[in-house]
Amino acid sequence: MSKKYNVVTSISYPKEGAMGKTGSWRVFKPIFSKDKCVKCLRCWIFCPEGAVKKKKDGSVTIDLDYCKGCGICANECNVKAIIMEREEQQ
Amino acid sequence: MKNIIINTGNYIAAKAAVMAKPDVVAAYPITPQTTLVEGIANYVASGEYKGEYICVESEHSAMSACIGASATGVRTFTATSSHGLLLMHEMLHWAALARLPVIMCNINRVIGPGWNIWADENDSISQRDTGWIQFYCSSNQEIFDTVIQAFKLGEHKDVALPVMINYNAFILSHTSMPAEIPSQKEIDDYLGKYKPLWRIDPENPVTFGNIIMPADYEKVRRAMQYAHENAKKLIPEIALDWKKKFGRFNGDLIEKYRCEDAEVILLAMGAIAAESKVSIDNLRKEGYKIGLARVRTFRPFPVEEIVKLAKKTELIVIDRNISCGYEGALFTEVKSSLYNKSDAKVSGFIAGLGGKDVTYNHIEDMCKKAIKGKLKETVWYGFEEVKK
Repeated sequence: MSKKYNVVTSISYPKEGAMGKTGSWRVFKPIFSKDKCVKCLRCWIFCPEGAVKKKKDGSVTIDLDYCKGCGICANECNVKAIIMEREEQQ
Repeated sequence: MKNIIINTGNYIAAKAAVMAKPDVVAAYPITPQTTLVEGIANYVASGEYKGEYICVESEHSAMSACIGASATGVRTFTATSSHGLLLMHEMLHWAALARLPVIMCNINRVIGPGWNIWADENDSISQRDTGWIQFYCSSNQEIFDTVIQAFKLGEHKDVALPVMINYNAFILSHTSMPAEIPSQKEIDDYLGKYKPLWRIDPENPVTFGNIIMPADYEKVRRAMQYAHENAKKLIPEIALDWKKKFGRFNGDLIEKYRCEDAEVILLAMGAIAAESKVSIDNLRKEGYKIGLARVRTFRPFPVEEIVKLAKKTELIVIDRNISCGYEGALFTEVKSSLYNKSDAKVSGFIAGLGGKDVTYNHIEDMCKKAIKGKLKETVWYGFEEVKK
């Protein structure tokens, strides 16, 4: 945890979800197929939000609380293990 | 023995800046500020200035570089003038909102077109609302003292704001006058080490300038307003402390000259205010009970001081600026200070735009015209009429 400064200006201290659950901004949702995944971790490297989490077995899972649905992971996946689908209306 | 040097306002400002030992100076030359940054460059060449001197490609970059450096928690200095100041405009707001005490000299110069390098205060007056503290100096000694005091004030934990030290083009920037210079040790002891309120630090990562919601943004503005109110209390304290340590007093928020029994008080800033002292002496000889209140800080504005002055006197304001569509900026501010608190008569003059000379004779003439009491609106003194 970062030391807090005693000043009123725009400083953000790093923590998970500092801006709230940004997954609510999503229009398209990534669908991950474990069967197709070759554990290359390109999705994990390229996700700009750190929403792709690496698991112990080398596979991945996507944290939908923070995934904004940008689709970079699906675009980068060479084996089409991630596809984007329109989010269902809540 | 006192160390007195005779030099121009710019070289004396450069001396003061270097003695404050800023870690970073980033500047771009512009007439009439050029000799100031040239002066600092000389101190780099001689080895007297040991900080980082960045020759940037524009004034916007100069202010940006100072903001970046200041955000790492170090002391910074820059200087500019006129169009250079205007090019900085976006980053002036940035420095103030980020609460970074960047210290800057601005040499008041005309804004073009109508290319003109002489004295006019419209450049800094148009930066009134950026959140910067603004001083207006009227002698080279005051420039030295104010630059050093500006570091003390801006870096104070209850202020944490950038400070602009303004003085008129050529009349001060290029005119030699004597100034007493304290020893380096005295300045070191006086200023001490800068302790930033916040800084960019790899050991303590933060994001700066991130998105904030309306309610939080409002708090940032309110905190800046409190900081200006704190500065208003600190400026007189710093001025008195300076007098105790160095034996000189340039006034605090305002400098009062022969105001004790005055029935009329003239308000002005910068070089016109310095010239006014001669006029006051001459008018006193003629029997006028008149004094001068030289406004040193335009932001924070010395409202309470002006209300006190207006208790028993009428006021005359001379502006070397014009807010087109209304009137001179100091005139407006003085009148609004008095609202609901005093019914003093206030007369306003516009004089010296475009660097037009304003002599003590002119000032005496303006004062006499105002005292006669026939002025219905702002008077453009000594003006040759143009088409309406």
